[in-house]
Amino acid sequence: MYRFIHLYRLRMCASLAAFLVVAGFGTPESAPAQTITADPLSGKLVITGASTLAPLIAEIGKRFESIYPKVRVDVQTGGSSRGVADARQGLADIGMVSRAMKDDEKDLRAFPVARDGVGIIVYKENPVQVLTDEQVVAIYTGKITNWKDVGGKDAPITVVNKAEGRSTLEVFLHYFKMKNTDVKAQIVIGDNEQGVKTVAGNRHAIGYVSIGTAEYDELQGVPIKLLSVGGVTASTETVRNGTFPISRPLHVITRTPPVGLAKAFIDYAQSKAVHDIIKQQYFVPLVD
Amino acid sequence: MTSLSSNTLSRWSTDELLCWVLRGTAAIAGTIVLLIVAFLIVEALPVLHHIGLLRFFTDPSWHPVEGLYNLTPMLWGTLFAMTGSVLIATPLGILSAVFCHYYAPPALARPYRRLIELLAGIPSVVYGFWGLVVLVPLIAEIQPPGPSLLAGILILTIMILPTITLMADASLANVPQQYVRGAAALGLPRWATIRGVVFPAAKSGLFTGVILETGRAIGETMAILMVCGNVVQIPTSIFDPIRTLTANIALEMAYALGDHRAALFVSGLVLMAMIVALALAAEWISRGRVYG
Repeated sequence: MYRFIHLYRLRMCASLAAFLVVAGFGTPESAPAQTITADPLSGKLVITGASTLAPLIAEIGKRFESIYPKVRVDVQTGGSSRGVADARQGLADIGMVSRAMKDDEKDLRAFPVARDGVGIIVYKENPVQVLTDEQVVAIYTGKITNWKDVGGKDAPITVVNKAEGRSTLEVFLHYFKMKNTDVKAQIVIGDNEQGVKTVAGNRHAIGYVSIGTAEYDELQGVPIKLLSVGGVTASTETVRNGTFPISRPLHVITRTPPVGLAKAFIDYAQSKAVHDIIKQQYFVPLVD
Repeated sequence: MTSLSSNTLSRWSTDELLCWVLRGTAAIAGTIVLLIVAFLIVEALPVLHHIGLLRFFTDPSWHPVEGLYNLTPMLWGTLFAMTGSVLIATPLGILSAVFCHYYAPPALARPYRRLIELLAGIPSVVYGFWGLVVLVPLIAEIQPPGPSLLAGILILTIMILPTITLMADASLANVPQQYVRGAAALGLPRWATIRGVVFPAAKSGLFTGVILETGRAIGETMAILMVCGNVVQIPTSIFDPIRTLTANIALEMAYALGDHRAALFVSGLVLMAMIVALALAAEWISRGRVYG
């Protein structure tokens, strides 16, 4: 099978001051597929896996490289299953998995870096306060086409769907157990901001976007409203504590307990120093 | 004598140099086009190899993640949006150039021309944003959902209008003055002069303008992506949302992998084929008739 490998080659120019920081860490022990030179925290870190996580990890990698100029971080995508396979076989130092770990993956060490939540949004003045999962499915498959059937005004529903390949679409379809071929949409959008603007500009629209984006825009006064799902309010808070149902953890994984460079990177990716990057990518940081 | 011969010599070598520089730049321009086509083909090859070209036109739908690759609705979407906007923009553009040249007082014609030039300089994403927040809600009031073929046609019309207007303006300016004066001397009224003398004399420029605006209408991506709704379907009315081939690439490229990604390169190839067809059609129509 032809497997496309997307390569984010990251290299930041050296900053002299960072050499001093490097001295603070111990000598790393050897790990597979990791080239170790005499200097602590130098060499190349290969990270492969989920395309959802790749931009986030690539951004974190860039900042990591600017702190440790002798480090190179290579981020490649290929899906969560590739992340698992590559970490297991030692082809990658770290794997990226954009879902909860499965039972047969207990041999791997998983480290959550962020959570991803998908919220359903409607126009702010839409009288509908809550939709059951069945109603959402019926709306998205074209069985309900008027708001009055779910307690709203007499107006046709504009269904906003995401373009193929987007992780938000994947999470949404997975939760509602739909196939994209079943979805009858009136508008197909690309990124989250476009989704928010589309719903804000159409008072009969329903759409779904990353909760981080929706919450931010709602605070900025954009006329949209996040609907609760299964009785749980949609907010970054409920995504963070895992109670919001349409959400998933984003993991980085290693085969053996991480040491040296991999450990430093994972610690960094889990630290507060990268929370701004996580929010920029519309994910939800884990701890405050 | 010496100075003369060295002069001749130097002129000759300058010509020689210029000739090679021009050959070089021409070769670069040609190679780039060929390289792009070659690149598109190489990237599209894996999926063409797997499933063949035919399935891009016979599959039930476009769901590349589920292995369905029908491009036909998007081909129609591109064609409809292009045709609609060219049909509106061409008469508007040519007539506004005529107005500017033969009817408007100079005090009005100059600022009007500057205004059109300004229109040409606005980035497409601005048009798209304007369409999304102003035009689409307006259309939604008439006939929901709003993002539609109509919105796409209107936005495209505004975007290609300056192209045809400025081209028409330039070609009207190139019509020899003695033609117009001759017509005036014969006592022809203004509109008859324009129709019978100016248009035939300017037709090659007008035709080039139409070709240019059509090319721009096919290639436009960002604004179309924002106002057309991007649903993959053959529209049954102008209020139906559509997706164009360009929007398809821009929308899905960022997250596409494997066959899905290769399928997007096939969209690029189809788009390229459309442009080639347009160029050939222009060549065929103009042969010996417009430029001759």
